[in-house]
Amino acid sequence: MSTRLAIDIGGTFTDVVLQCETERFTTKVLTTHVDPSDGALAAVATVLDDSSIKSSSIELVVHGTTLATNALIQRRGAKTALLTTAGHRDVIEMAFENRFDQYDLNIDRARPLVPRALRLPIAERIDAAGEVVTALDAASVDAALDILETAQIESVAIGFLHSYANPKHEELVAARLHERLMDVAVSRSSAVCPEIREYERFSTTCANAYVLPLMSRYLVQLESQLVGLGISCPMLMMTSGGGLTTFETAARFPIRLVESGPAGGAILAAQIAAELNLDKVLSFDMGGTTAKICLIDSAVPQFSRAFEVDRRYRFKKGSGLPVRIPVIEMVEIGAGGGSIASVDNLSRVRVGPESTGSEPGPACYGKEGREATVTDADVVMGRIDEERFASGNITLDVDAAARAVKEAVGDVLDFDLHHAAFAISEIVDENMATAARSHASEWGKALAGRTLIAFGGAAPIHAARLASKLGIERVLIPADASVGSAIGFLIAPVSYEVVRSRYLTLSAFDGELIQAVIAEMREEATAIVSSASIGQSVTEITKAYMRYIGQGYEVAVEFDPRYTKNQMIEAFEESYADLYGRIIPGLDIEVLSWTLTLTAERKGSIPIDETSTSASHDGDYPTRLMNDDGQLVPTKVISRDQLSTDEPLQGPMLVIEDQTTTVVPSRFAFHLDARGHVVMESVER
Amino acid sequence: MKALDTIGLQLVWDRLLAIVEEQAQTLMRTAFSTVVREAGDLSAGVFDPEGSMLAQAITGTPGHVNAMARAVRHFLRRYPLQSMHEGDVFLTNDPWLATGHLNDFTVVTPVYYGGEPVALFASTSHIADVGGRGFGPDASEVFEEGINIPIMALFNAGARNETLMEIISANVRDPVVAEGDLYSLTACNEAGARDLCSTLEEHQLGSLREVANHVLTTSRGAMEREINKLPPGIYENSMNVDGYDVPVHIACAMRIDQDRISIDFAGSSPTSTYGINVPANYTEAYASFGVRCLIGSSIPNNAGSLGTIGVKAPEGSILNAMPPCAVSARHALGQMLPDVIMGCLEQIIPESVVAEGSSCIWNPVLMNTPRTAGELVGTPFVINPIYNGGTGARFMKDGLSTTAFPSGVRTTPTEINEVTSPLIFDRREFLQDSGGRGRRRGGLGQVVEIRHGAGDAFIVSKMFDRIEHPARGRAGGGNGRAGKVYIKNGGSLRGKGKDVVPAGATLVLETPGGAGYGDPLEREEIDIRRDLEDGFVSESS
Repeated sequence: MSTRLAIDIGGTFTDVVLQCETERFTTKVLTTHVDPSDGALAAVATVLDDSSIKSSSIELVVHGTTLATNALIQRRGAKTALLTTAGHRDVIEMAFENRFDQYDLNIDRARPLVPRALRLPIAERIDAAGEVVTALDAASVDAALDILETAQIESVAIGFLHSYANPKHEELVAARLHERLMDVAVSRSSAVCPEIREYERFSTTCANAYVLPLMSRYLVQLESQLVGLGISCPMLMMTSGGGLTTFETAARFPIRLVESGPAGGAILAAQIAAELNLDKVLSFDMGGTTAKICLIDSAVPQFSRAFEVDRRYRFKKGSGLPVRIPVIEMVEIGAGGGSIASVDNLSRVRVGPESTGSEPGPACYGKEGREATVTDADVVMGRIDEERFASGNITLDVDAAARAVKEAVGDVLDFDLHHAAFAISEIVDENMATAARSHASEWGKALAGRTLIAFGGAAPIHAARLASKLGIERVLIPADASVGSAIGFLIAPVSYEVVRSRYLTLSAFDGELIQAVIAEMREEATAIVSSASIGQSVTEITKAYMRYIGQGYEVAVEFDPRYTKNQMIEAFEESYADLYGRIIPGLDIEVLSWTLTLTAERKGSIPIDETSTSASHDGDYPTRLMNDDGQLVPTKVISRDQLSTDEPLQGPMLVIEDQTTTVVPSRFAFHLDARGHVVMESVER
Repeated sequence: MKALDTIGLQLVWDRLLAIVEEQAQTLMRTAFSTVVREAGDLSAGVFDPEGSMLAQAITGTPGHVNAMARAVRHFLRRYPLQSMHEGDVFLTNDPWLATGHLNDFTVVTPVYYGGEPVALFASTSHIADVGGRGFGPDASEVFEEGINIPIMALFNAGARNETLMEIISANVRDPVVAEGDLYSLTACNEAGARDLCSTLEEHQLGSLREVANHVLTTSRGAMEREINKLPPGIYENSMNVDGYDVPVHIACAMRIDQDRISIDFAGSSPTSTYGINVPANYTEAYASFGVRCLIGSSIPNNAGSLGTIGVKAPEGSILNAMPPCAVSARHALGQMLPDVIMGCLEQIIPESVVAEGSSCIWNPVLMNTPRTAGELVGTPFVINPIYNGGTGARFMKDGLSTTAFPSGVRTTPTEINEVTSPLIFDRREFLQDSGGRGRRRGGLGQVVEIRHGAGDAFIVSKMFDRIEHPARGRAGGGNGRAGKVYIKNGGSLRGKGKDVVPAGATLVLETPGGAGYGDPLEREEIDIRRDLEDGFVSESS
C-alpha cells in the first residue's frame, strides 16, 4: 500500500485521510462554505503535520466534493442557455406535469436551471428512428448564437429530440458554437446522457452545463493549491457511481460528481463485505444533516441511473431536478446529528428533516443554535464523550443541550429530561428504520439476516438501535468509522459507465444491433478509463434496461453481449421475478437503453491501521450513566484503542474514539475483530 | 412510565403509517395497469376489527379517500368478522360498494395474531380491462361496462376460489394481467399483515385496541380543533361544467357546525345517459379530499379525522347515481369537486383556497383508423398520453402551469410516445396568455400539435372538459382560458367522443388555463416583468 490522500468535502464536515502503508492519519473539520478548499487545505496541512510525512511522497490524491451539488441547490452556477428543438422548449419546466405532494396546495416545482428566455428554439427535427424529418436550419442556429453573444452566456446545453438515436444535429450545432464563441462551455445531451426521455436527458444536460464552468475552474485551482503544498502526484475524482475518474473527465461531465461522498462510504462497506465474506449487508451512513442507507449484496452495492438533486421539500421524491447518471443507489433521509426535534399538533415528536447544519449547529455546540437536535439528545443521554467530540475541535455545552431538549420536547409533553431525549432518539431511529424497510421493499430485498455496517459521525451512536428495529442481529463499526467515506475513496477503482438508447423488441431480436451499440460504448469508455488506469486489467459489465411492452419502468438486466434471444428473455425474467415476484408469460419484452461499465482492477484491501489496535487495558473502566432503552443505567466507558482483539465484552458500554462513539446497548455483546472492526452481536436477554 | 407509554403509542402509530405506505408502494410497483404504476391509481389501508380505518397510505389517488374505508364496512356487513378465517381474502369491484367504477377492485384480508383477528388490510387498484365496452364514457348502463363481482371470497382459508377466477378470466380481454393484478392486491395485503404482526410482537401488544383508540381520538380531536377555528354557518357554491352532451350543474352547500363539516350536493344535475355518473362513495372521496387539503392537512386520514366530514347528494342526481347508471368515466366530474368545495371555503378562509383550475385531465386515446375489408391502413397502434392544463392561482402564489390537480398523474414523454406510435408531436409548449389574470396569475395550459408521421389519418377519442366552461377566477381574478380541440387550419372538434383526424392533417389540443386570484391591477411590477420576460404573457395583454 502506497501513500495516498483522500479529501472528502461534505455538507457539514470535511474529512481528510492520509494512509501511509499501515499507518493512517485522519482529521475532521467543519466545511468552510465560502470557499470549501480553504478548510480542505487546512485539514491536509494538519494530517501532514500529524504524520510528519513529506507531501512530496504522496502518490495519489482522491477527491470528492459536494461543490457541484451545492451550486445546484443554491443556484450559484453559470449563466446557462439551452438550444433545443423548436416547439419543445418548455420540456424542462413542464417536467412530469405532476405534484409531488398530494395535500400541500402551496408547493412549487424546482425552478428550471435555464429561464425560458434563454431556451432558444432551433428549427430541426429527428424522429424516433433517428431519421431526419426537418433538416437543421443554419439560420436559426446563427440567430440563437447572436442571442447567446449579447446575453453573455457562459455555458450552453444542447438538447434535441431523439438525439440519443442520432446526435448529428447536436454535433453540428456544437461545432458551429465552438467556431463562433470559443470560450463558451458546451454540453451536448447526446454526450452527457444519450438516453431516451427528453425531460430527464435535458435536465441532466442543463445541470451539467450549469456547474461546468465553476467545477472546471475549481479543479484547476485545487490542483495548483495542492501542488503549492508540494503534492504533485496524479489526482482522481470520486464519482457518484463509486468509481474514480480523471480531473479532465470530471471537468467535462461534472454532473457525475454529485453525491460522491456517500458513494465512498458504500464502496468501503462493499469492500468490508468482500473481505469478511458477508453476502448480505446494509450500509448505514449518518452525518450531520442526513442518513444514507444502501443495500449491498454479494459485496456489490445497488446501482441505478436515477438521481435527483436539490430535493427542496424535506427530501421528498419528485421535488428536485432529475439527473440520469450512474449512481450507487441509496435512500437518503433528513436524519442526522443536526436534525431538529419538535412536537406537532397531534402531540407527536417529530425529528427532521430540517437540520441546523454546521451553522449554527446543535445547541450543544455552544454557538447560536437553540434548537434541540439529535446530537443534543445523544449528549443528554450520556452517549457522547464531551472531551473527545470531533477530535476536541468542538467543546460541547451539556447544559445548553439539556435546556434545548427540555424546551422543545420535555415541557411540551410533560416528559422529564431523559425521556424527552429518549423520545427524540427513538423517533429518529424509527424514521431511519422506516426508510430502510421501504427502500428494501422497493428493490424486492429482505433486511433480516444482514450485517449493518455503520460509519459517519453519528452512525455508531444509533446503529445498534436501528439494527434492532430492522431485525438485524450483527453490526459492524469499521475503524475510523467517522471518516468512512474518505477511506472508501482510497479503495475505489477507476471506473466509467456509458449509456445508449437503442429501441429493440425481443420479438424482433437483432444481435448485430446489440454488438454495434456495445462496441460503440466500449470505445468511449475505454478512452476514459485507460488514461487513469495504465497497466491495470479492466472488467466489463453490460446491462439492458428492459420492460414488458407498455410498462412504465425498466428493469436493469445484466447480460452478455453474445446472448441469444432466449438467453436475453431468461435474463430479463429472472431479474423481473426477483423484483416483482413473478413474470407475465407470453408478453413481448422491449429494451429501451443499454449501459456498459468498465472497471479497472482494484488493488489491495482496506489497510489495517495498526496504530489503533496496539494498546491494552486492565479491565477497570470508568463508568457513566447512559440512557439505555429509556432507563438510566451505569455504563462502562472504554477507549477504542484500549480494545484488544477477540475479547468478548457485554453491553451496555460506550466505545469512544476521537471522532465518534459506538453505543453498545445492553442487548448486545461485542468484540474487536482482527481487522480492527468493532463487531456487535445481539443477545437474548 | 407514562412517558414510555406515550412514546410507544407514537412509535406504533408511525409504524402503521409506514406499513400502509409500503403496502401501497408494493402495489404500485407490482401492478400491471399503467395507470396504477405511473399515476398511482390505487389505495391501501389498515382497519381495526370494527372496520374503522386506522391509517391510509398517502401514495394513492384522492378518488379513493374514504371510499375504500366505506367498502370495508360493506365487506364486514356481508361477512362478519366471526365468520372469517385465517387465510381468507375477499374482493369486489361493485362500483357502489367499492370505489365508483368496475375497473377498481378492492381486496380485504383479515389479519390473525395469536389466533385472534386483530385487524383488516384493504387495498384497491385499477385493473386495465374488465370486459364490456372497455374503459370510456360511452355506455348507457353499467351492464355494458364490464363484469361485476359482488363481495365474495377470492381465497377460502388459503385455497383459491377457482370458479371465480375462471369467471373473471372468461370475461376480460387480458386475463393474465387481471389475474396478476388480483395477486398483487392479495400480496400487498399479506405483506402489510406480516409487518403488523411483527410490530405487535416487537411492542408486546396483544391487540391494536389501545393504539386504535389513541389514533382515532387524537386525530378526531385535532380535526375538531381545526374545524372549530372556522366560523359556523352555511356556505354555498355552484359550478357548471361541459358534461358529455349537455352541461352539468354542480350545486353545493357546506355547513360548518361545532366539530363537524357537512356537505350537501342537493340541486345538482340529474344523472346522465352516458358513463360520467358518479356513485356517492366517489363523490364523498373527492369532496373530502377538497376539504382535507385545506383543513388539518397534516393530520393523517383515518376514521377519526374523516369522521368529522359528512358528504351527501340526493339519490338520482349525477353525484349520487344509482344502479344501473353507467359510471365508467366518473373521474371527469369527480375531479371537479375540489374546485366546488374551495368555492365554499373561499368565503371563510380565502387565503387557503386555490382558484378554479383545469382540473379534469386531458388524456386523448390516439389510434390507427380501422382497417377496411382486406386493406391495412398503416401500422396498428394505440397510445394514451396525458396532458394537463393549469391549476388555479393560490392566494400568495401563481398557479402551476401544466400540472395535474386534483389527480396525481404524470405525463408521458414525447420521445416515448413517438417510439410507441407512428405519430409526430410537432409542438408541446406553454400556451401564452392562457393563465387567468389576477394579483396571482393562473397556471398556463399547453398547446400540443400531433400528426401522423406517414401522413395517414388517425383517430382521437376524447373526454375533455372546460371547453365551454372555463375555470373561474376568485376575488376579481380573471378566468383561465377555455380549452380547445381543432384541426390545424381546419374546423374545431367537440370535447367528447371519437373523431378521425384526416390524412395529412394536424390535431391541435389546447388545454385549459387555471384561473387568476385577486385584482389584476394589484399584480406586482416584478411579477408582470417576469411573465413578460418568460413570454407567459404577451405585451398586448
